[in-house]
Amino acid sequence: MDAGLLQLPPLRFLTCGSVDDGKSTLIGRLLHDSRLIPEDTLAALARDSRRHGTTGGEVDLALLVDGLEEERQQGITIDVAYRHFRTSQRGFVVADAPGHEQYTRNMATGASNSDLAVVLIDARKGVLPQTRRHAHICSLLGIRHVVAAVNKMDLAGFAQEAFERAAGDFLRFAAPLGFQTVVPVPISARFGDNVVARSANMRWHRGATLIEHLETAEVGPEGERPFRFPVQWVNRPDADFRGLSGTVASGRVAEGDRVVVAASGRAGLVSRIVTADGDLSAAAAGDAVTLVLEGDLDVARGDLLCPPDRRPAVADQFAARVLWMDEEPLLPGRQYLMRMGALWTPCSVTAIKHRIDVDTLDERPARSLDLNAIGFCNLSTARPVPFDPYAENRATGAFILVDRFTDRTAGAGTVAFPLRRAANIHREDALVDKAARVALTGQKPFILWFTGLSGSGKSTVAKLAERRLNRAGRLTYLLDGDNVRHGLNRDLGFTDADRVENIRRVGEVAKMFVDAGLVVLCAFISPFRAERRAVRELVEAGEFLEVFMDTPLAECMRRDPKGLYAKARAGAIPNFTGLDSPYEPPEAPEITLRTEGTAPEAQVEALLERLKALGHPI
Amino acid sequence: MVNAKAASSPHLKRLEAEAIGIMREAVAAFRSPVMLYSVGKDSGVMLHIARKAFYPARLPFPLLHVDTGWKFREMIAFRDRIAAEHGLDLIVHVNKDGVRRGIDPFASGSALYTQVMKTEALKQALDAHGFDAAFGGARRDEEKSRAKERVFSFRAAGHGWDPRNQRPELWGLYNTRLRPGESFRVFPLSNWTERDVWDYVLAEGVPVVPLYLARPRPVVRRGGTWIMVDDERLPLAPGEAPETRSVRFRTLGCYPLSGATESRAETLEAVVAEMRDARTSERQGRLIDSDEEAAMERKKREGYF
Repeated sequence: MDAGLLQLPPLRFLTCGSVDDGKSTLIGRLLHDSRLIPEDTLAALARDSRRHGTTGGEVDLALLVDGLEEERQQGITIDVAYRHFRTSQRGFVVADAPGHEQYTRNMATGASNSDLAVVLIDARKGVLPQTRRHAHICSLLGIRHVVAAVNKMDLAGFAQEAFERAAGDFLRFAAPLGFQTVVPVPISARFGDNVVARSANMRWHRGATLIEHLETAEVGPEGERPFRFPVQWVNRPDADFRGLSGTVASGRVAEGDRVVVAASGRAGLVSRIVTADGDLSAAAAGDAVTLVLEGDLDVARGDLLCPPDRRPAVADQFAARVLWMDEEPLLPGRQYLMRMGALWTPCSVTAIKHRIDVDTLDERPARSLDLNAIGFCNLSTARPVPFDPYAENRATGAFILVDRFTDRTAGAGTVAFPLRRAANIHREDALVDKAARVALTGQKPFILWFTGLSGSGKSTVAKLAERRLNRAGRLTYLLDGDNVRHGLNRDLGFTDADRVENIRRVGEVAKMFVDAGLVVLCAFISPFRAERRAVRELVEAGEFLEVFMDTPLAECMRRDPKGLYAKARAGAIPNFTGLDSPYEPPEAPEITLRTEGTAPEAQVEALLERLKALGHPI
Repeated sequence: MVNAKAASSPHLKRLEAEAIGIMREAVAAFRSPVMLYSVGKDSGVMLHIARKAFYPARLPFPLLHVDTGWKFREMIAFRDRIAAEHGLDLIVHVNKDGVRRGIDPFASGSALYTQVMKTEALKQALDAHGFDAAFGGARRDEEKSRAKERVFSFRAAGHGWDPRNQRPELWGLYNTRLRPGESFRVFPLSNWTERDVWDYVLAEGVPVVPLYLARPRPVVRRGGTWIMVDDERLPLAPGEAPETRSVRFRTLGCYPLSGATESRAETLEAVVAEMRDARTSERQGRLIDSDEEAAMERKKREGYF
């Protein structure tokens, strides 16, 4: 008897595989055989099959699910379709993902909303590049359960060897992908063998039919997850009630539990778990509830509640896999909007460590990510955000990136790990601050940031300028590219990503020295505008003075004080700024020094002259 | 409220929680949302869940009913009773221009009628009140072109739906960014089936219009279905006379366009039992969908819900 009340939550699964491996036919078959196709729809289907069908007049079940006019005419599926059916045991939501390579993003969309994937394999063709690509995307998006449906067994004579060959190929290929279960089933979607009804043509198959497996599949995460609750909406109908509405993302919370706001670290007790059907004593993952906390804790939409002893990382730098979904490529340094949980924040990719070739899983170098590319990236957010690695928690380790100019959803990402352990460190408020130090020394601290090509005279002028400042009674410190790379930054090379990190560290040190009350001179090629701007934004307005050493490349190469240009041109130094790595000149530097044909001492005079004009008389 | 928690299955609880999450998200993200209330069972379920989602606060948005002047009288009575009982902020909008032009479901044809009295009327109401998001009770299982519909469906300025310009939805991390003139349709019941809706109505005691239950009603046979003679405006052919049959409706809309099926299911339990054996689709009774192939998709592009 159909009890009508299903005891398992619906199973959300995805169908994928190469074009023409029979995805749409399989879904049509599942709907048809679970007796879910109404008569009027079947009549329409028979009519459609004569017009568009590919089965020679027979009813083409694929037409049941190929929805939009355009794709019907093209005979391909161009978007994810969600289909619903149920048996007496369970309800199902199927994401029908397209097979064409250019729609990888739709496939990923389907995978992000699914707990299990049915990968179709043509019994005659075996594992194809698309099969591999889709299995990789499933793995990258954290799907842990896979059914390898070896389809078109009717065309392979229902032969056990054909099934075992195809299934074996897939099992071998999928072994390193980290799936928890991979279950092969021989089927014929067109004729229904082993889909819902057990096949009379393949008595050698002793395992479950496809539907039996789906009805009983356990797809919950392995082990228990810590409590995570993204605050979605603050429910404040009057002065007496203040509740935090949201859906428990993982784990469990009970009345009386102590929870903390991940970002601020503030703690409170859960005094009530409110629902319209009455208060609950506890709530678990998937429950939409309203939590009331004891005391007047400052909590807003976007905050994440968690247990005090199992907190997520809180960081503004992290590494993640990013799938790019926009025609406009992803560029490091460009600002996007990131949504993670209920939190929106500006964000940029600081470095693409590598691109992942989804056919082979090989790592390849990349400077940008094109549509459908997957890259391993470092990201930086405008404020610290709470998260868990995606592998540990799908609910709190995923994010999307939105283009600020078009508002399109441009990328989707899964967090790998935080890049700084600033996570667990709380800022200490010092008793002595910059103002107190300035009162003591009587000098206004600032940064003189020298930027320009190698050989443009940065170090020379900076050193002379520091001597003049010192003689005038200023407390100074000179940070020089070469010196810093001997110590603080000796682990960094000259790739774009390392250059970005090099400047970031120097910027942080310069900021501390400014805080200490010093005049800081920094001499770095610092080729990218984005990074110089980032340092500028670290300190107060007026404390960052950019000095552009405006020397033509030809002149720098003529000077070549360290013989580097010669080496670089001989191919001994890759990524050399001005040659095979770009230099972005400042757009509005406070000070520009044209050095060609001028003695360094004269440039220092010009520099001091400008400093005076900027309110720093020496 | 009927307390029927014991009857709620894990399946229904999950669907309810998902719908609550979607509604809260829209209320948090948008400046001025509205709930489209069509008086049907899906609207009833949506309203029931909305009251749960924001409890103990009142509904943080008004309800909008796009009336055509041709709804069943019982629907209007039911609508006004529900609004009064729950103290709801209900906006009723009729396309007065369409009425003035004498647009009706007979002489104008169902396509023009739907365009003017439903599609245009909806746009008028949304624009007049400056709503930037509208909840709708549409489900993906209803109709083929809806299977690819987003939960947060983006509408460009002018309310047009471009299937190629929809935002991918991953992990329920909805991109709710909007510019002036743009809007969203939000479908909290996207993942529900007709069966789920009825199971939920039964489990939660959601009130529905009695037209869903079989009763003896005056009907005439039109286009292979039963049309109820709800008032004297339904033109009868020469010699055509209403007869009384026990019928019920699977979907409700404008009475001249809503087909009834013969049934003895006089209780909700009996309706659900009939559903299990149903071999026709829900929308079969709707005359406007069968106009032509892909009629629905075209209507959506023009801004039909």
